[in-house]
Amino acid sequence: MYAYTDFDQAFVRERVDAFRDQVARRINGSLTEDEFKPHRLMNGLYLQLHAYMLRVAIPYGTLDGRQMRQLAMIADRWDKGYGHFTTRQNIQFNWPKLADTPAMLDALADVEMHAIQTSGNCIRNVTSDHFAGAAADEIEDPRPTAELIRQWSTDHPEFLYLPRKFKIAVTGSPNDRAAAKAHDIGLRMVRDDIGAPGYEVLVGGGLGRTPMIARVVRAFLPKADLLPYLEAILHVYNLEGRRDNKYKARIKILAHETGIDELRTRIEAAFERIRGDFTAPDPATVARIQGSFAAPDFATDREIPTIADPALRSWVDTNVADHRRADHAMVTVSLKPIGGTPGDATSDQMRALAEIAETYAYDELRISHEQNVVLPHVHRADLPAVYAALREAGLHTANVGLVSDIIACPGMDYCALATARSIPIAQEISTAFEDIRRQRDIGELKIKISGCINACGHHHVGHIGILGLDRAGVETYQITLGGDATETAAIGERTGRGFSYEEIVPAVERLVDAYLEVREDETETFLETYRRVGMTPFKDALYGSEEEVGRAA
Amino acid sequence: MSVIVTDTGFGPDVFVENGGQFVSASDLALTSATRLGVDLFNDADPGALVDHFERIALIRIPFPSFADGRGFSLARQLRSLGYTGRLRASGHLISDQYKHARKVGFDEVEIDFDLATRQPEPQWLRAAAPGYLEKFRSSRKAA
Repeated sequence: MYAYTDFDQAFVRERVDAFRDQVARRINGSLTEDEFKPHRLMNGLYLQLHAYMLRVAIPYGTLDGRQMRQLAMIADRWDKGYGHFTTRQNIQFNWPKLADTPAMLDALADVEMHAIQTSGNCIRNVTSDHFAGAAADEIEDPRPTAELIRQWSTDHPEFLYLPRKFKIAVTGSPNDRAAAKAHDIGLRMVRDDIGAPGYEVLVGGGLGRTPMIARVVRAFLPKADLLPYLEAILHVYNLEGRRDNKYKARIKILAHETGIDELRTRIEAAFERIRGDFTAPDPATVARIQGSFAAPDFATDREIPTIADPALRSWVDTNVADHRRADHAMVTVSLKPIGGTPGDATSDQMRALAEIAETYAYDELRISHEQNVVLPHVHRADLPAVYAALREAGLHTANVGLVSDIIACPGMDYCALATARSIPIAQEISTAFEDIRRQRDIGELKIKISGCINACGHHHVGHIGILGLDRAGVETYQITLGGDATETAAIGERTGRGFSYEEIVPAVERLVDAYLEVREDETETFLETYRRVGMTPFKDALYGSEEEVGRAA
Repeated sequence: MSVIVTDTGFGPDVFVENGGQFVSASDLALTSATRLGVDLFNDADPGALVDHFERIALIRIPFPSFADGRGFSLARQLRSLGYTGRLRASGHLISDQYKHARKVGFDEVEIDFDLATRQPEPQWLRAAAPGYLEKFRSSRKAA
């Protein structure tokens, strides 16, 4: 875990004081509402449908038991006793009062947390692989890089008023679990011919109303050049990104309109100009950051019992993945109970997770961009005890990666931008597929639901994507198939006309039935089958012989 | 009437009071005058000024709106191109942005009287904590 230095601690406290002062100046009229808004956003505070919403950063998804307990305390004291984990490794509190927010920010600072730059047209919370430091396939731990970027991008004086928001993700494994290709900048840790570590730099990915997969702007960037190169990209974007239309303002549009080669030329020119402004990061600072992500002192020589209990075995099959040590495992705690709200946790559940992490998982927790919680290091001997404790807290759903492990944005139940409900659709789909044997037979299937075109539920990269729209005052749901957020990233394709609220869940069931019918065998996943057979059998399942086949909704 | 904000607080526009005049960057080649003030608009190329740096006393970058941050990058670029004269941000900036303007290389901010009244001097001079960026940058630049 990264522990704050005196500098970090002084910085976040000063930031809370500055925000308190901004709130006071808003009230006395020094700041207009327009002028106050970016400051409120850059401190995580949104004005939503029913109330304010505070979005708290969980940098690169890493936190410990003490921090999780504090989130529980905040949920109890200033919210309604729960929090919502998001697709960008944040937690959102949906019911705070404006006057309470400086105190909430102080409570976060007490445990080395903050809400800085979780919103606004600036560089957002840097995200990473939720299995970082534990995964067997890792080239290098991405978290020290993510922390370095957090420091560099925090209150960066040049980049607080960008054309639009800017999201960076870092992955340290060839299997990309951080959706790097769906970010404004994606960094993949690689090694060059002689084994020196560096990054493949991807630019211009993003979802929203114009989904695009990021493209390579630099095949190999030496580690030492990271910050000046990032700064060069942001510099070019800040000057040349479009400001005439907020829907064309992301860097993906600049990359698309300028062409990746011309954009690369401009970035390289800026890089050459500013490179000399940077010193190599102070070795002591780097060593301190590296050291703070050192592996825990792993327990050894413990007997690992065989697992007989069928419920436990079922959970191990779906929610437990191989650790880089054979005697340990990575546990994913599903926040997707059948019929529940994806990503929600009550304060009691947060405290239970803290307790379990402290007792069995070397005091480490992660939040995944798939809205689940991860215990990255658990000794296999402790799996039965962990399962029992999770069961006690109602956190034992055995569905990770399966059809009911759905990503959904808050949708019209909370969000001011939404055009349709998302959460009830997720709840009804998971209820329709409640039977765990049926789910396991279906196998890996990622359903992602967005309640508007801004695509916070990442529907474009769902194996089955669902987009809720408002058509003349009626909720209508469009389906896309074949999306993929990993290293084989792809944007899903539209099936045809949309479905009403009542029709959408049966439509998803028909898609799943069609898959079961045409797959070669149970080892061929939904995505693999779709890639092999294409759209036709799925379209037939959705629309049958009806005349509207292929007509755009 | 404009107010000029510097690290010492509000003051008059000394450049204009001493007879200084502004030309736009695109008109620079039309004059051989020295001690010039130059207006560099947000879509202009700072690189075009490099050959004229020695006869420029002040470059002024207008901000169309406080939410349009191009001026911050233009200032940074001018400094990294070697400009060492005075650099001024003008237009709609707000007091919370003063510290950021200073860090990217601006020396001063020009605001109108109404804004100076609504956001009085102490709000602009609120002490700024050191930022993270200073940890990664060499000190060779004024920024």
